[in-house]
Amino acid sequence: METDREIVCIVCPNGCRMKVYIDDRNRVVRVENALCRNGGTYAKKEVQSPERSLTSTVKVTGGALPLVSVRSSKPIPRDKIREAAALLRSLHIQAPVDFHQVLLSDILGTGADIIATRQVLKA
Amino acid sequence: MLINKDLIIIGAGPAGLAAAIEAVKRGIRDVLVLEREPVAGGILNQCIHDGFGLIRFDEALTGPEYAKRFTDEAAEMGIEIITDVMVQEISRDKEVTAISPGGITIYRAKAVILAMGCRERTRGAIGIPGTRPAGVFTAGVAQNLVNIRNVMIGRNIVILGSGDIGLIMARRLTLEGANVLAVIEKLPYSSGLQRNITQCLEDYGIPLLLSHTVTRVEGRERVTAVTVSKVDEKGNTLRGTSEKYKCDTLILSVGLIPENEIALNSGMDMDNTTGGARVDEKLETSIPGVFACGNVLQVHDLADHVSSEGELAAVSAADYIKNYCHKAGESSDTGENCLCSGNDRKIPVTAGSGIRYVLPQAIRPGQAITFSMRVTVPGREKSVLFKSGEKVIKKRKYTALNPAEMLRIELSSKELENISGLEVCIDGN
Repeated sequence: METDREIVCIVCPNGCRMKVYIDDRNRVVRVENALCRNGGTYAKKEVQSPERSLTSTVKVTGGALPLVSVRSSKPIPRDKIREAAALLRSLHIQAPVDFHQVLLSDILGTGADIIATRQVLKA
Repeated sequence: MLINKDLIIIGAGPAGLAAAIEAVKRGIRDVLVLEREPVAGGILNQCIHDGFGLIRFDEALTGPEYAKRFTDEAAEMGIEIITDVMVQEISRDKEVTAISPGGITIYRAKAVILAMGCRERTRGAIGIPGTRPAGVFTAGVAQNLVNIRNVMIGRNIVILGSGDIGLIMARRLTLEGANVLAVIEKLPYSSGLQRNITQCLEDYGIPLLLSHTVTRVEGRERVTAVTVSKVDEKGNTLRGTSEKYKCDTLILSVGLIPENEIALNSGMDMDNTTGGARVDEKLETSIPGVFACGNVLQVHDLADHVSSEGELAAVSAADYIKNYCHKAGESSDTGENCLCSGNDRKIPVTAGSGIRYVLPQAIRPGQAITFSMRVTVPGREKSVLFKSGEKVIKKRKYTALNPAEMLRIELSSKELENISGLEVCIDGN
């Protein structure tokens, strides 16, 4: 069974409203209303294995700031974002924190590390 | 005490830092940056999401990482940045009065660059009826509390305004465990980027209610509910469409305004649409030797454009300082490179139909000039026209136009030859 869904392309400002046809094994078979080929590539990725970068904060004890901002070292599967964010909420790191220090490796087995995006000195 | 400086830059965000670095590269040694916050970097420090620097660095940096590129470079160059200091006033002869915990200091600069950024419109600016309980925040304040200060602002949250900050806070608060009930937008379209609608709302199943607004706030000590109603094309509330949302927090993402009190008080010419100073192609204001860049000049959507505008202001300020006449305390009007002799005629640039504003507001042709502008409403298959009188001197076609995205179009010196005026407008393809 083939189904279709509308996906708005985010690759460029044109914002094509694409009609994306998907087969019963969740594969994109056809894309309509895309102005260029990038739309099809985006739609395929978005349907078959959507990924997102995760940015959040982690609590710091003994630091000049109570939080350090963090990100994933690479995008992770979209359906793991909420769980990963919940995991980061429970994490505490001791100051000092270095810029790009790895705070958690291989979060949820995704292969991505959680790294600090700023430095936090000791209080 | 009067301290003399070649160049004073007000604000150490992306505009001010980029300007300082560029000025030093252009040979200006005596540069001072004044910053109100305790650290340099500006609003980027609290913008922990990624997507910054795609044009300049060809990678998606987070706000703090983007800021660090500039603070590191400024530190390597030994640029003097004073933090915890607030500029109260600049005068026409470029005296800068600054107040800090140590007292009041007065500087005299050969040139000044304004890079103070912008601030948010508040509940008062849009006049939402109802009680005045705790729990109403602007999006940027909420972002500061949640991302920097470790203060969670609420559990059940309604967001009014679908600009990028509102969308980004919807995701951020969801990831911190809050329940974002809806994002409400008065216009029939979102004023945010599609990327953010997809990744901040759709990913989390947060509804976006277009053509709706918040018509009442309830609660005595803390917000207990807000009423949301449909609006017509003119923005008038439609009777019988209201729905109550039980919530403890209302976040407002309802627009940004250049933070321009010191420019206003200095008496320089302002643009009522942008809320910033009127500038020429050098980003020079109506006060010779005072330049403006970044969000204090016009509210941007990309930090990359803020940085490059800072650099342009610095190039102009460096030229101005090099031609500075010491005995008069003003730029020389005898040198051949004189920049402000007053008799170099500027051509006015005006926003025509479909264009909300265009910058710079006046130009001296004779070089390539990049114009920034925003359209008034979304459109498809339209062109931006540059006209001198009835003659079209440039036409750029667009598949899609969106007020959320600033357009930047460069015209060559050849295209600008022999023009008598310049009007920018929208036309069908």
